[in-house]
Amino acid sequence: MADVLVAMEHISKDFPGVRALDDCRFELRSGEIHALVGENGAGKSTLMKILAGVYTADMGEIRFKGQPVDIPSPHAAQDLGISIIHQELNLMPHLTVAQNIFIGREPRGRLRYDLDEGELNARTRQLLETLHLSLNPRMKVANLAVAQQQMVEIAKALSFDAEVLIMDEPTAALTETEIDELFRIIRQLRERGVGVVHISHRLEELKQISDRVTVMRDGRYIDTVATAEASIDRIISMMVGRTIFEATPEIPEHPDPEVVLEVRDLSRGRMVRNVSFQLRRGEILGFAGLVGAGRTEVARAIFGADRLDSGEVFVRGKLVHIGSPTDAVSHGIGYLSEDRKRYGLALGMDVETNVVLAAFRRFVGVLGWINSRLTRAAAESQVKHLAIKTPSLGQKVRNLSGGTQQKVVVAKWLTANTEILIFDEPTRGIDVGAKSEIYRLLNDLAKEGRAIIMISSELPEILRMSHRIVVMCEGRVTGELTSDQATQEKIMTFATQRAPA
Amino acid sequence: MSLIRRSIPRPGSLVRSDAIQRVLAFGALIVIVIFFSLASPNFLQFDNFVGILLATAVVGVLALGTTFVIISGGIDLSIGTVMTLSAVITGVLITSMQLPVVVGIVGGVGIGGLAGLANGILIARFKIPPFIATLGMLNVAKGLALVISGLTPIYFSGTPEFNEGAMGSLIGGILPGVDIPNIVLVLFGAALLASLLLTKTVLGRYTFAIGSNEEAARLSGVNVDAWKAGVYVIGGLFAGLGGVLIAARLNSAQPSLGFGYELDAITAAVIGGTSLAGGEGSILGTVIGAFIISTLTNGLRILSVPQEWQTVVTGGIVILAVYLDIIRRRRQT
Repeated sequence: MADVLVAMEHISKDFPGVRALDDCRFELRSGEIHALVGENGAGKSTLMKILAGVYTADMGEIRFKGQPVDIPSPHAAQDLGISIIHQELNLMPHLTVAQNIFIGREPRGRLRYDLDEGELNARTRQLLETLHLSLNPRMKVANLAVAQQQMVEIAKALSFDAEVLIMDEPTAALTETEIDELFRIIRQLRERGVGVVHISHRLEELKQISDRVTVMRDGRYIDTVATAEASIDRIISMMVGRTIFEATPEIPEHPDPEVVLEVRDLSRGRMVRNVSFQLRRGEILGFAGLVGAGRTEVARAIFGADRLDSGEVFVRGKLVHIGSPTDAVSHGIGYLSEDRKRYGLALGMDVETNVVLAAFRRFVGVLGWINSRLTRAAAESQVKHLAIKTPSLGQKVRNLSGGTQQKVVVAKWLTANTEILIFDEPTRGIDVGAKSEIYRLLNDLAKEGRAIIMISSELPEILRMSHRIVVMCEGRVTGELTSDQATQEKIMTFATQRAPA
Repeated sequence: MSLIRRSIPRPGSLVRSDAIQRVLAFGALIVIVIFFSLASPNFLQFDNFVGILLATAVVGVLALGTTFVIISGGIDLSIGTVMTLSAVITGVLITSMQLPVVVGIVGGVGIGGLAGLANGILIARFKIPPFIATLGMLNVAKGLALVISGLTPIYFSGTPEFNEGAMGSLIGGILPGVDIPNIVLVLFGAALLASLLLTKTVLGRYTFAIGSNEEAARLSGVNVDAWKAGVYVIGGLFAGLGGVLIAARLNSAQPSLGFGYELDAITAAVIGGTSLAGGEGSILGTVIGAFIISTLTNGLRILSVPQEWQTVVTGGIVILAVYLDIIRRRRQT
């Protein structure tokens, strides 16, 4: 058996209001590719960020080559030979490839603080050659395609002579050929005895590349198995547990299927190309696709947050012009961003203010005073209606849990009388208990006769919630499925169906 | 299989956008010079040329430090009054304390560096937004300058060499008739130094890195807080040098002068292609930007445009420059 490089035991980590990790463990051997899987929010990234020194664990022990170690900073991790490639690209776009790769470790000249740019570029060229990457070291990163930027990140991680390489969803933005290229490099590293941790949602891919798989769920360690002995079905069932597949009873179709929103040939840049679909009253329309398929961009375009290149939007059969979010709201369209904290809520303000925020005009008296009796009544009725768990209306939204915050956003749009609600990743960053409440809420809203678009990257969620499913890939609608036709496989087929070049 | 083949960036995008801005700024400078030359025979005179150089010297030096600060993604509103404080300190050291001129110069530059260090600590360590921290420093420095000077100008009457050092002309000694004052040489020397610092040293590299993506720099193991503080120290040191220069030029430390210089410095940097969003900029661009401002002011004066209207024009240019910066960035994304 190969040497154990890293052993993490009894790792726990709390974030305000959430237990991100609960008594987790993880083991990495040298010369293995170890897949780490789990649903969004299972704690994979958090666990690996602890190993990489980005976070520190509240409890637990990390042993590196048998020795207990402290990893208080990214720098400390690098010194041990642990490199991480983060989910979000972490490059400096204004600097060149070489400058990015050696940032913080630039070859110095004779004066100690001067830079040896020639040496920098030479070393980079050498590094890129050993990885068989044809990138120009002097090229500014801003001018590279996303896949090339990813390669820069990988080259950077490897330039530390890493013995442990952690890759957090490295393939999310890559094409098939680029993924092959990446896997070639990863296998090459395995030959050299590097331990590679590969976090990904694409299970077929893990089957192809990994030696062992560790499954996590809800911040807990579930199991580690040899990839060869585990079927994809078994991995999935470990990932989701049993509870999630106990689907809630299917919601009956609403008796009055009036088309409330119709979109024809919507186009905007490369991310939205000739998108057409219909949305009916009382319906939950799922928008499936891989990250970056253009779903959020469609939503933003309909909502007037981004300008359209072309296309028509009909609300209840009437052609409307939506040039701004204000127009969208006046037509009864509400958008619940995936990034609640940035776009959906005034975090520092209280529940009451947030609930009435999108419909302020209704609460303003003749002289421009805000009628606080009316706002309180409106907020109270929403808190009751949606069962928002808040100690008081005066509670600052920042101090509420993710699921409760999501409900406050919903309350805001209901107060504004929106009939059409677009939910962008409504359960992202929400723990499992609160998830089912959000699902119930979506069902209730649909039953009330509102029309709902639900963008989600989690297939089980899409399959469980949607009456119909629109699948997108690279800005195009590649398929439409009814709930009884839809399967994970069919959706994935459409989601990866590229347009002929 | 090569990765690069699939998506070759547009050839045009290989050119740095701040380089484009530099060329544009230089073109604008030429146009301004041609315009005023045609508009008034008094413009294209050697003496007027020297006047423009003189007027650029102080603001130019201030703008050098500001360029570092803005590239790092920050802003420094305090350099105008820090300059004044430095001038006053230099005055006190040389006149009331009767210390050698060199000590006065070092003290003046040093107090600028200290003010910059205070800014840096407030911003990097205590996470006070740069706008607020340096706005506070603006008033602190302004107040201190008034207190220390006792509200009255300090004249360097006992040390004529101080003024002569700045306004005399080494070049004139070698090339008779070309009496370009030494203070202008100081500007170009300082610009050269700043340019080397920005492009050839670790400090410069991290200035760009922090402005481009602070979090990425931090995760790469760069001690972001320390380098960020260093950037404000650089800003302060150049403000201190500016203070010494203006004192030498006016042969006095004027405690009520200085407010507003920071905006000229910021404008010079932005006109020269330094992005207010950080990550982009160059010393050459900033120097060109500083010359645009002083040439414009000079030309308007020669055309007898009233002082008040000159202010309106320079104000308009600030807005225009920032708007150009926004357009430039929008095109990039």
